[in-house]
Amino acid sequence: MLRIEARPEPSRTMQLATPFLAVALTVVSGAVLFALLGRDPVVSLHAFFVTPISSLYGLGELALKATPLILIGIGLAAGFRANVWNIGAEGQLVLGAICGGGVALWFWEVDAPWVFPLMVVAAVAGGMVWAAIPAFLKTRLEVNEILVSLMLTYVAVLLLSTLVYGPWKDPEGFNFPQSRMFGEAALMAPILDGTRLHAGILVALAVALAAWLWQARTLSGFALKVVGLAPAAARFAGFRRHRAVWSTLLLGGGLAGLAGLFEVAGPIGQLVPEVSPGYGFTGIIVAFLGRLHPFGVVLAGFLVALSYIGGEVAQIEAGLPQAVTGVFQGMLLFFLLATDFLIRYRLRRVPRRRAAEGG
Amino acid sequence: MTPAPSRLELRGITKRFPGVLANDRVDLDVRPGEIHALLGENGAGKSTLVKIVYGVLQPDEGEIFWEGARVEIRSPHRARRLGIGMVFQHFTLFEALSVGENIALGLEERLERGRLERRIREVSESYGLPLDPGRDVHTLSVGERQRIEILRCLLQSPRLLVMDEPTSVLTPQEVDRLFATLRRLAAEGCSILYISHKLEEVKALCERATILRGGKVVAVCDPRVESARSMAEIMVGTAIRETARPATRLKRAPRLVVDRLSLAPESPFGTPLREISFLLRRGEIFGIAGVAGNGQDELLAALSGERPVAEPGMIRIGEARVGRLGPAARRRLGICVIPEERNGHAAVPELSLAENALLSAHARLQLLRLGFVRRRAVAAFARRIVERFDVRTPGIEVTAGSLSGGNLQKFVVGREILQNPEILIAAQPTWGVDAGAAAAIRAALLELAERGTAVLVISQDLDELLGLTDRLAVIHAGRLSRSFETRQVEIGRIGMLMAGVEEPVPAEAG
Repeated sequence: MLRIEARPEPSRTMQLATPFLAVALTVVSGAVLFALLGRDPVVSLHAFFVTPISSLYGLGELALKATPLILIGIGLAAGFRANVWNIGAEGQLVLGAICGGGVALWFWEVDAPWVFPLMVVAAVAGGMVWAAIPAFLKTRLEVNEILVSLMLTYVAVLLLSTLVYGPWKDPEGFNFPQSRMFGEAALMAPILDGTRLHAGILVALAVALAAWLWQARTLSGFALKVVGLAPAAARFAGFRRHRAVWSTLLLGGGLAGLAGLFEVAGPIGQLVPEVSPGYGFTGIIVAFLGRLHPFGVVLAGFLVALSYIGGEVAQIEAGLPQAVTGVFQGMLLFFLLATDFLIRYRLRRVPRRRAAEGG
Repeated sequence: MTPAPSRLELRGITKRFPGVLANDRVDLDVRPGEIHALLGENGAGKSTLVKIVYGVLQPDEGEIFWEGARVEIRSPHRARRLGIGMVFQHFTLFEALSVGENIALGLEERLERGRLERRIREVSESYGLPLDPGRDVHTLSVGERQRIEILRCLLQSPRLLVMDEPTSVLTPQEVDRLFATLRRLAAEGCSILYISHKLEEVKALCERATILRGGKVVAVCDPRVESARSMAEIMVGTAIRETARPATRLKRAPRLVVDRLSLAPESPFGTPLREISFLLRRGEIFGIAGVAGNGQDELLAALSGERPVAEPGMIRIGEARVGRLGPAARRRLGICVIPEERNGHAAVPELSLAENALLSAHARLQLLRLGFVRRRAVAAFARRIVERFDVRTPGIEVTAGSLSGGNLQKFVVGREILQNPEILIAAQPTWGVDAGAAAAIRAALLELAERGTAVLVISQDLDELLGLTDRLAVIHAGRLSRSFETRQVEIGRIGMLMAGVEEPVPAEAG
């Protein structure tokens, strides 16, 4: 008979080590999985983890993919620390793409330096508005923010489809469901020759630094942590929960909106029905993998980005199925949660008789 | 009548917890068909004793006899098999399930659904406890929920029913109905052990009463012939004050004025505050006595600003009307608060002592610069608390949760006192701490008052209030009695006010 019991004090080193442990376990399980599929594990793992980052172009792609994940992960992590569960970053991302892309399309033939800043403002505002809906319903009517933000994702995706299949469809696009290509002023130029990497990664890193300063060094960041850990103590201290709900949802929505804009103004260059392969949802994994810490989120963003790109390379080079990306991300989250659980609890063997009595 | 053996007899039951003797050689004897009261203040050892009877706790010493035979009640399961039923003060029901489903979950035997519903209807009708087995629990009133708990016991045909403070959540009409049911059960031969501190109820219902104080049986009496006053005196005891404090401070100017403060409860189990009025003067210690759950938590929340009240003028600090202000704004005006619950209210167990120092001190001390935390200043403040209040800790970076109860309480008390408050409000400041820490905390409160701070202590520990305060009043059912000068107060009177016997009159002027 095994029994689960809480450990008296979770080890600090182990808390820092678990993300790495989870990655290692994922790699090992992946090797076993590849072997069972009848592939050479070494070749497959090489294709998955090494080939993508062995060229400048590959590194650029990695950073490009990591950008939206980091932006979203940081916003979500701030909320999760305060017990605010924004699950709808995907929808906020889509709304950012719609609003930022809308500005680009409206000023299609305008080639002026203010077009792009205006797009940024519109995208951030769009994401914030989308996140403000769950914030409003939560603070006024105690409606669960998980459900509202999640369902608004589907609304946002359908709204985007309506636009690109209808009024915003490219008049010269042979009836394909996509908008015009954005004008020069609305596109983000590569910052490294030979790659598609744009300045978004620098923004994401700056945001991570600012988020860390906010959370670790200011009173309002401290308030978030207290609200999440002990609501009664937060009330005692005078930290308002409503403020935490609003600030984290607006931050998360704004950053997701920005991530959406960086996608459409960067690698995509136009509005299409699917502007994101689920960055908003993967951002949740990134936030937890990064231990809800801004710097951890940066590392986690790159790691998860690697799993996306590695999956693609593995498909092409090692002939692995497409599902391998999803399996890897799933295993990563699973091992992270499992190791986390084992830091806080341990399994103990107890004699059957005693266990029955204790129940 | 032939002398039948007692239904339940306890002999010399002793139970120790670290630092506390909860039950000290307790004898108790419940006869068949008797309604027996177990009386005592909070902390007198009633709950511990009941848990031993129901098999939740095991006694360290002593014997239990069930219908004349010696038994060991190793678990609640065993207690139920013997025929002991228990209705807890806090219900254990699933809101989303129906009455029938809740009852089925609590039964030892498995009954087929139709038969169970028939039996529920039979028993509920015959005992005047109307309940529809198909109703969902969340649609029921508190009184109806209690009926489920009682029915759950009755379905197992108990021979001893233990009821822990059953009327604390009921309306007067529901209480009458409950009493009728209990009398009927007793007439049928079921014994009832009735735990309460409400003397009038005990007089109306019970045939015998065992009174506990400080873990010991101090009297066994017949409540029908005793007066409520005499039982209150036995219950509270006649403690002698150790320190007499000079009376001069009674004439000083009021610092805090609470004027007809009313507040609706936040949860259905809360107590509404009804027109509470009192003054708190410079340099005095004012005590509010009362049994737990009579509005103390609500009063603390209203005074600290955790729950703003309807009218700004209901709470005044000097000239400022602060009733609508939040905790931080009130701290800036000089109110510091020590809540009763250390873990998760006064302190966050997962955070370090330094962070916990920042928790309440950010409003009054200069700990911020342009919104950024001055981490050195916070650490220095935390270290000052640790040194001045003798907090035993390896450092200020350890989590609050790793400190013992007494040490953390010293830290919390020190954190508030070192902010030099104009007004300090402390709820149960020495609850659950060892004797040494308790003495240090009391001394710190006295010293603070000496320096001119107005101190309010809300406590269930009457002895503590008698030793510490200049004046005191009693809170009962959300109302505050007039205030008494502690030196002249009659203890029996306080005990009766605490038990709600004497209707408190509104506070007098001055």
